[in-house]
Amino acid sequence: MNTVILRTAARYLAPTLIILSLWLLWRGHNAPGGGFIGGLVAGSAVVLHAIAFGPVAARRALRGSPRAWMAIGMALALGAALLGFVFGETLLDAAWVDVPGVGPLGTPLIFDVGVFAVVVGAVSGFTLALWPEGAEPGAEEA
Amino acid sequence: MSGVDPHIWLIAPLVVPLAAAVFGLLAGRRTRRAVALTGHVLHIAAAAGLLYTVLGDGALAVRIGGWPGPFGIALVGDSLSALLVGVTAIVGAAAGLTSQLGERLPHPLKAPLMHALLLGVCGAFLTGDLFNLYVWFEVLLVASFVLLTLDRAPLSIAAGVRYVAINLVASALFLTALGLLYAKAGTLDMAHIARLVDGDTGHTLGGVAALLTVAFGIKAGIFPLFGWLPPAYPAPPPVIAALFAGLLTKVGVYALIRLYTLIFVHDPWAHDLLLWLGAATMTVGVLGAAAQVEVRRILSFHIVSQIGYIVVGVALYTPLAVGAAVFYLVHHIVVKTSLFLVGGVITDAGGSERLDRLGGLRLAWPAAALLFAIPALSLAGMPPLSGFFAKLGIIRAGIAADATWVAVLALAVGLLTLYSMLKIAHAAVLGPAPDDAPPRPVGRARLWPIAALAAVTLALGLAAGPVFEVCLAAGEALIDRTPYLEAAR
Repeated sequence: MNTVILRTAARYLAPTLIILSLWLLWRGHNAPGGGFIGGLVAGSAVVLHAIAFGPVAARRALRGSPRAWMAIGMALALGAALLGFVFGETLLDAAWVDVPGVGPLGTPLIFDVGVFAVVVGAVSGFTLALWPEGAEPGAEEA
Repeated sequence: MSGVDPHIWLIAPLVVPLAAAVFGLLAGRRTRRAVALTGHVLHIAAAAGLLYTVLGDGALAVRIGGWPGPFGIALVGDSLSALLVGVTAIVGAAAGLTSQLGERLPHPLKAPLMHALLLGVCGAFLTGDLFNLYVWFEVLLVASFVLLTLDRAPLSIAAGVRYVAINLVASALFLTALGLLYAKAGTLDMAHIARLVDGDTGHTLGGVAALLTVAFGIKAGIFPLFGWLPPAYPAPPPVIAALFAGLLTKVGVYALIRLYTLIFVHDPWAHDLLLWLGAATMTVGVLGAAAQVEVRRILSFHIVSQIGYIVVGVALYTPLAVGAAVFYLVHHIVVKTSLFLVGGVITDAGGSERLDRLGGLRLAWPAAALLFAIPALSLAGMPPLSGFFAKLGIIRAGIAADATWVAVLALAVGLLTLYSMLKIAHAAVLGPAPDDAPPRPVGRARLWPIAALAAVTLALGLAAGPVFEVCLAAGEALIDRTPYLEAAR
């Protein structure tokens, strides 16, 4: 959609959504939120960017391919699961490190970050794959 | 903690395919192949470790995440699970190797998805929690949906839509049953449920049992719910079809075995019903196969028929019958995968699926002809191949359990199976080649994994004594239930 209103709004809305998604991710292990819902919000920021500036710009904003996001996310989740095995009793056991000033950080957070990345990759991957051909906005793309 | 904690073997068969899928996604064009094959080798090693440990020390269990039971999700490996995980890793590797050898540039998602499928299958075999079983079903289904439609051929897409629809129905029924069960029992841990319903005559959970039987019955393809299967399996490329044919319905059968040996064991009426369903499944499947004229369609109907034998084994519910069903399951996964792989070779060489357009394989490509003969005769139950002992076990169990009619029916179905295998052999292998399109060998390297599976069939047949003993022990343990319940506390 090639409108000034949408593009101007998207310029402010997308970063806000990203910050909201990171906040949801951060509070997730103890309160409503988490990697899945955070990933959905961040993914919707990517979709908003794609609607306003076109799928090419959205791909550029993602930095990597959606597939890479999913793969790295799964790798993080798997790594967190295995850390639980190495430092705890079994797979997915939570291992914690006390970080001064922040509080205990642990493998559940790494797992959640992994989920976040998988969901971002999946949402943006589905959306960009289904984007109609030739739906790029005009040449005045920012 | 001294040495390696044995429960690592419950985790390894799941971690390895997941890691192989992840690294396969991350790998570049040059390393993709190496990652896929390394994943299969390590998966076999992990499954062998599990099998060795379980057969040596008895059933294993671990609560993932360290949560105590029954709240934590358990992974439980008894002999049944360990045997199935082992054979899954083997046929998965054969299919993966065929894909890597037969295709110059496989789709980049193919190998990771195959590993994801194996992850889902192994997870379903190992989990001790019904909701977790649902999750593993979804894992393997999502992987299979994408694999089915990866080549974007119209035929595959059409088959894929039907397959997705029927599986969503089954999943919805499964989920409904889980909701009812949780409302009633307050737990979805299989061992916990089994203890709770002990002494119950089964009527309390009758509705749940019925829903679960229908859900798993759709996935397993038992009578009268098998209609989706024969059109779906011949659609995708041979390697994918082989993996589906070998593994997917078997997860449904596994779930039925678990259900009717661990939880719903108090209602003889249910086992009687299951016996009739199994008998109908094997008969209808083989009759359907007799009417078909396309190679992989015949083989697909035979999946249905063979599932019937396994269900009959479970329904007879004696140690011998359940043990024979376990042996049948192991044999069937190997043989069906290799038949679909070799069926793909035959139709690729002849350029057609239809029997009247095939022929002359014996002269044109004797190695392929031989590699068709071994699993085909094994499926039909010729001694000394594994299928003979599998059928013998079911028939003997039928006679011993005073269900002679099932034994006679099983014999008749075996004869008809031989008939349709001979039909393929007569037309495609021994018969004259069509004048305009003689068969030509394509992708000779694809025969190696098939040969390896044929060797497994032969080995299962030649070492039938010891293997059958393991399966009988598994059957006894399933009927006894204490090994499973002791492990998963």
